[in-house]
Amino acid sequence: MSASLDDGGSRPPQTTDPVPTPASRRRTRERLAELRGPAVPPRPLDARALAALAANPGCRRRALLDGAGVDKAALASRLGSPAPFGQSQFAIVRGNSFEAKVKADGGRELLRLLGVEDPGTVAVPDLSASGPEGRTARTALALREATAGDGWTLLDHPLLTLEVAGSPVHLEPDAVVVDPTGRWTVVEIKSFPMVDGAADAAKVGAAARQAAVYVLALERVAALTEGAEVGHTVLLVCPKDFSNLPTASAVDVRRQRAVTRRQLERLTRIEEIAEALPEGLSFDLEGRSAEELSAAVEAVPHAYAPDCLTACELGFHCRSRAREADAVQTLGRAVRGELGGLTTIGAVLAAARGDGAPGSGDADGPEGGAPEDPAVAALRRAWALRQEALAGAEAAACR
Amino acid sequence: MSLIAHLARMEAVETGRAQPLATVRHRHLGGRPLVLVPLTTAGEAGAPLGALVGTDPDEPRLLVVPQPRDRELRFAFLAELAEEVLPYVDGYADAVELVERNETDPETGKKTKVEVELCADAPQLIVPSRAGIEYVRLLGRSTRFRRTAEQDPDTPYPAPPRVPLLGRWLTHYGERARVPGSSLLLAATDLLNRHWATGQSSLEDQHLGALLAWIDPYDDEPGAEGAHRAELGRDSRGQLLCPPAGPATDPAFDNQLLAPAIEAYDRARQAVGAAEDGGTADAALAALHRAEREVRRLVLSQLRPTWGATWRALGLLRQLPEGARVPDRWTRDRWSFTAHRDRITAGEPPQPRRDDAVTAAAKLAAREQAQGQLDAQEALDDPLVLAGRRLSGEAFAAEVTEVTMAWTESKRPAPRPLLTVRTEDRPHLDAGVKVYRSLGGKPQSAEFARREEDGSLVLRLLDRMGRSKEPAEGTVPEKGERISWTLFEHDARVGPKLPDPEETPWTHGGPPRSADAELPDAVTPEDLL
Repeated sequence: MSASLDDGGSRPPQTTDPVPTPASRRRTRERLAELRGPAVPPRPLDARALAALAANPGCRRRALLDGAGVDKAALASRLGSPAPFGQSQFAIVRGNSFEAKVKADGGRELLRLLGVEDPGTVAVPDLSASGPEGRTARTALALREATAGDGWTLLDHPLLTLEVAGSPVHLEPDAVVVDPTGRWTVVEIKSFPMVDGAADAAKVGAAARQAAVYVLALERVAALTEGAEVGHTVLLVCPKDFSNLPTASAVDVRRQRAVTRRQLERLTRIEEIAEALPEGLSFDLEGRSAEELSAAVEAVPHAYAPDCLTACELGFHCRSRAREADAVQTLGRAVRGELGGLTTIGAVLAAARGDGAPGSGDADGPEGGAPEDPAVAALRRAWALRQEALAGAEAAACR
Repeated sequence: MSLIAHLARMEAVETGRAQPLATVRHRHLGGRPLVLVPLTTAGEAGAPLGALVGTDPDEPRLLVVPQPRDRELRFAFLAELAEEVLPYVDGYADAVELVERNETDPETGKKTKVEVELCADAPQLIVPSRAGIEYVRLLGRSTRFRRTAEQDPDTPYPAPPRVPLLGRWLTHYGERARVPGSSLLLAATDLLNRHWATGQSSLEDQHLGALLAWIDPYDDEPGAEGAHRAELGRDSRGQLLCPPAGPATDPAFDNQLLAPAIEAYDRARQAVGAAEDGGTADAALAALHRAEREVRRLVLSQLRPTWGATWRALGLLRQLPEGARVPDRWTRDRWSFTAHRDRITAGEPPQPRRDDAVTAAAKLAAREQAQGQLDAQEALDDPLVLAGRRLSGEAFAAEVTEVTMAWTESKRPAPRPLLTVRTEDRPHLDAGVKVYRSLGGKPQSAEFARREEDGSLVLRLLDRMGRSKEPAEGTVPEKGERISWTLFEHDARVGPKLPDPEETPWTHGGPPRSADAELPDAVTPEDLL
């Protein structure tokens, strides 16, 4: 069991920032509350948002807004680029009824999917408590009791915490199963179908990334629990073919866990981002005009890439900013990689044409580009070949 | 994607209009394709909500499931879809041409010529987006194992008669769509993306409305603005101006409009069931029809824009001249169609859930070969595609500066002329590398001999010059001619032929194929899928 991500005292020495003290933590919390708006409750991060955050760890804007618990969907609407996300009530109803079916019969159905035909009695402890802290503590207690016991236990919607970029976030897996040997297994219940034993690869990937975050959060608790071990294989439960009968598949999330863990460690600490901001800046939607909010958002740099559109509420807002800046990554991350030091579309086109005259981009870039630069030379050849082919096709059409 | 395609995207950003990625059309478009725009219910697998289908842009047939969770209504939808698709498919089954094919007699091992049927044309299915292709596969999978009352009188929920057959055809089309370069089942977005570069990323290019805003804008509106409106624009009620091309619907549409309408439909159905006398029953029936019409109206409002957009995309593609080698690939599609027609006529069982090892290996090999063939053919058909290969050093255009005759030193000398050519391109050539050019549609090969001091290349022509000592006329390039050479073969090499299933060693054959047909999916008593 590796050390958890967040125990501030044992952070690796290579990071230069000072070890956070309780006082500095309080200061950060206060600062984040200020940014969010003192009257606004923080918005919890769901695991999907976390996994998406880990997919673009370089984005400070997203890290800060998520860390401060700002309602990004509401913010995006005020900025004039509402997020296109939403969930159909048909899908929600279907998802809920399927989950209820899976957990029916006191958890025995779920254990059957795990391959346990006769589990004896299955303990399903009550995890309700007031407030997220209470529920987290209740979950930890139930996990300890289940690990000490010698039967099967099903934890229905336990609540876990994970420290992300210096601030705690709450996570709620669908279920965790504790087996008689003290091994904890994350259960992820999804409503996309597994047809002939195979489900949509993209959806399985997203579920695995999400489950990996739960595994990381569970490892924190396991480190403090004697005899506990967190399984790196999670159970993915889906409807079988075109029925509402559940079927399950074990998914190895070791790779996703390692990737997520590394990405989370790389996340710039939120307090650093917050400290770099000018005083008095706030994302509180109350009493602020769209212009003021927009200026506040602009104060935090973004790292837009097209896949943000499907993961982040502010994706469309950042896209229009990136397009205004004529940035090449609006066309995709891969495009950016092939162009060397040229970062604006205007600069690339100018380099390709070799005219040296600034294109539509800013005048500071390496306009025209030095011909000896291999990236520029390749662009010029590509440009010339493209023009030659197009001219040839035109001539052929005129004939 | 190559640097040339990146540049095209950037030019599109600069001009606000999509830029060509091809100078010819690289996919076959039939005279009478069947367009299918399906919609599905969120959260349910294979629970269709509705569809527009037809071969006439002005007269689509609207199919709607007013309560997608009702099995009977779903079956009714599938039966109607079969009524629309199967006559269209059958319309191509009878017009055949006879083609000679070499076949080996299994007993004597002698090769004989046999005449076999090849359908003169094949039905072509067009869906709006790539997700539509997946949905066709899913519909095929969900219906091909269904049992009709005729096949199995004891089946608890018999499917309408032609539905399993529909499933087999949809499965075949879905499977064929995975073969590179095939045109039996195509997505409008894929077609547009193959031929134009927009000023957005390939992820955003999956949105049909946004794509058309770049390629075919209204009133010369800049592409980025039109695309933004297509992606996000909403009316005063919060509904998308450009509904998604499906099969998934917009959640706002589901929650605000569709859910209340379906609920009203359910209530009206209950009222019909509860009606006690004739008068109330008539009133309840009228209310039920009204409720159903309302669901149909809503579903149509989401389908209609996509229907129009799909036909607009086809119209744009028809403006491009067809590539010279596209008919060759379409012939393969016709073979595929003919073969499936024969399997159905022969009464073979539906495609299995999973391919066995031998079939899977054969499919993989066929797709690999098709990919190689597609890459080569597209480059030969289209100078813009060839430009990409020239950039990567896999082809070069060169002017012949000198022709020196030479012969082999055998008893019957054959011509091996040496060509000195000059090129600006930078092909990856080493001594002995073979290069190819197209001579009357057939590849002529040459071998790289050496590089001259002034940078010219010397090539030795190897074939297609006839049998006599002097090369046949027109087979040797003349001085001053400009020729495109490729380093890749024009007909992708066919790997060693896979053995027949019976001949496959047990180590490679996988578990033995069971002779029985696959069992239908389990059905649950609830109507819930």
